[in-house]
Amino acid sequence: MFDQKTIQMLLEGIGDTLYMTLISTAVAYVLGLPAGILLSVSGKEGLHPNRIIHGSLGFLCNIIRSVPFLILLILLIPFTRALVGKSYGSTATIVPLVICAAPYVARVVEAALNEVDPGVIEAAKAMGADNLQIVTKVMLVEARTALLSGATITTGILLGYSAMSGTVGGGGLGDIAVRYGYYRWETGIMVVTVLLLILIFQLIQNLGMMIVRKLDHRKRQG
Amino acid sequence: MSAIEIRHLTKRFEAEEHTLTALDDVNLSIASGTVYGIIGMSGAGKSTLVRSINFLEKPSEGQVLIDGVDLSSLTAKQLRKERSRIGMIFQGFNLLEQKNVIDNVCFPMRLAGIKKKEAYAKARELLKTVALEEKEKEYPSRLSGGQKQRVAIARALATDPKILLCDEATSALDPQTAGSILRLLKEINEKLKLTIVIITHQMNVVTEICERVAIVENGKLVEEGPVECIFEAPQTDAARELISGTKEAYMPLEKAENGTPVRIVFRENSSFEPLIANTILKFGTPINILKADTRNVNGKAKGEMILGLPGDKEKREAIIRYFRERGLTVTEVRDYV
Ligand SMILES: Nc1ncnc2c1ncn2[C@@H]1O[C@H](COP(=O)(O)OP(=O)(O)O)[C@@H](O)[C@H]1O
Ligand SMILES: [Mg+2]
Repeated sequence: MFDQKTIQMLLEGIGDTLYMTLISTAVAYVLGLPAGILLSVSGKEGLHPNRIIHGSLGFLCNIIRSVPFLILLILLIPFTRALVGKSYGSTATIVPLVICAAPYVARVVEAALNEVDPGVIEAAKAMGADNLQIVTKVMLVEARTALLSGATITTGILLGYSAMSGTVGGGGLGDIAVRYGYYRWETGIMVVTVLLLILIFQLIQNLGMMIVRKLDHRKRQG
Repeated sequence: MSAIEIRHLTKRFEAEEHTLTALDDVNLSIASGTVYGIIGMSGAGKSTLVRSINFLEKPSEGQVLIDGVDLSSLTAKQLRKERSRIGMIFQGFNLLEQKNVIDNVCFPMRLAGIKKKEAYAKARELLKTVALEEKEKEYPSRLSGGQKQRVAIARALATDPKILLCDEATSALDPQTAGSILRLLKEINEKLKLTIVIITHQMNVVTEICERVAIVENGKLVEEGPVECIFEAPQTDAARELISGTKEAYMPLEKAENGTPVRIVFRENSSFEPLIANTILKFGTPINILKADTRNVNGKAKGEMILGLPGDKEKREAIIRYFRERGLTVTEVRDYV
């Protein structure tokens, strides 16, 4: 029903959307994972409580998280331009996506690590583990299902946000939906892009949860 | 030299409003190779005390010496090394839920930098010791409480500790399983000449395997000695309460009123019936048996009875004398219910 060119465009849109979503999730974790570990470790009940580090890092996270994504996107235009040379297109969109997601990731990681049974940490301490070993060999291992389901949810959110960035020339399926659906009233294309977004979301969600279930040894029955 | 020496140990927890003294000038010496019990009611400070032995809890005052070495004199690195030589097991087992049995046992060895292959071989050996070699690939969520504790014991032994600390290790288990864990600990103590410290709130755990016992009440060490002595003739209310398991108050014989029941403890090789029967015949008076129990105290069978004696003062005293001549320990019980 679509011509070759439209199909080509949709395929490119899928590629761009996946590119933006996955790269920004990965980079958000590069920043957010260490930050989350630091938040958990420096917390009041953490391995190495430190009010200054915990307080200032937490404050920074909260500030960024309280700015709505679209506003962040616009606020960051000069920064994005300085970093990647332009402020539109998929690569440029990754910058605000990362900035938006990193503090969220940090909080998700912090919460996952705080859920680790203190008894197990105590046992590791009693075995002579140092704090680095406790983080890498106990907390990250025991919290891995919570961390992975957090990552799945984060990827889903970034998929949505990448589509949202289409309204300001972000590239990908969201961009196509806005350009054809909103400006040109080509409802068919808009419906297809929305369906594609739903499909990708389901794929990410199901794949993530499947891995989580596979890796979780805690409450498997029988 | 004692394996563990605790000197003037005081631990305070600073809360916002007030300070809580969890341990108050505790002195304790635990000989190498013994099974030592520390018993007390919930909140007495037992966990704080045992956590002080490997410095998971740093004392506010006083010292902890392991094989003569003051733990406070060690650097952080030396302390971690020392901790790896002190095994610990817990009421909640504290296994890594995302690792299977053998990886749990390997864990402390991997922390210490032992090669995987070597660690595995040793872990298999240890799993044999705790009779779980069949379960090495199982995950903790699929094990029973007793099996989990066995894994925890194997894990605690992986770094060849000289001391094993057990904090309420059998409290979450049914009596039968608890018994088998205690027997395993005793076996390990004998085989490996390991010093074992058992923390518990249950007297039967202490009488089952401990040689000596310390009684902790409100952060203070109130009584200490060989388990048999404390079982036969407890000196403090805390000890009596723990032995009887109820709120009965014991009191010295001299102060006892007529009609107060007495508690007698039989040593090995004496049996109940002839003695009670003989007493009844000899004194021509009925004796009420309120409670009778046998226990295994540190490997020796002990009988315990609570008797209602006649109200006649002279007869009472004669009977008590008669019991004592036969080597029984006699104490009085007030308010026996
Ligand atoms: N980290 C802590 N902070 C404040 N109070 C504590 C802490 N640990 C233990 N306590 C208090 O110290 C007392 C002794 O606790 P604990 O040693 O756990 O007793 P037990 O093991 O004999 O039940 C309790 O009153 C408890 O509330
Ligand atoms: Mg306790």
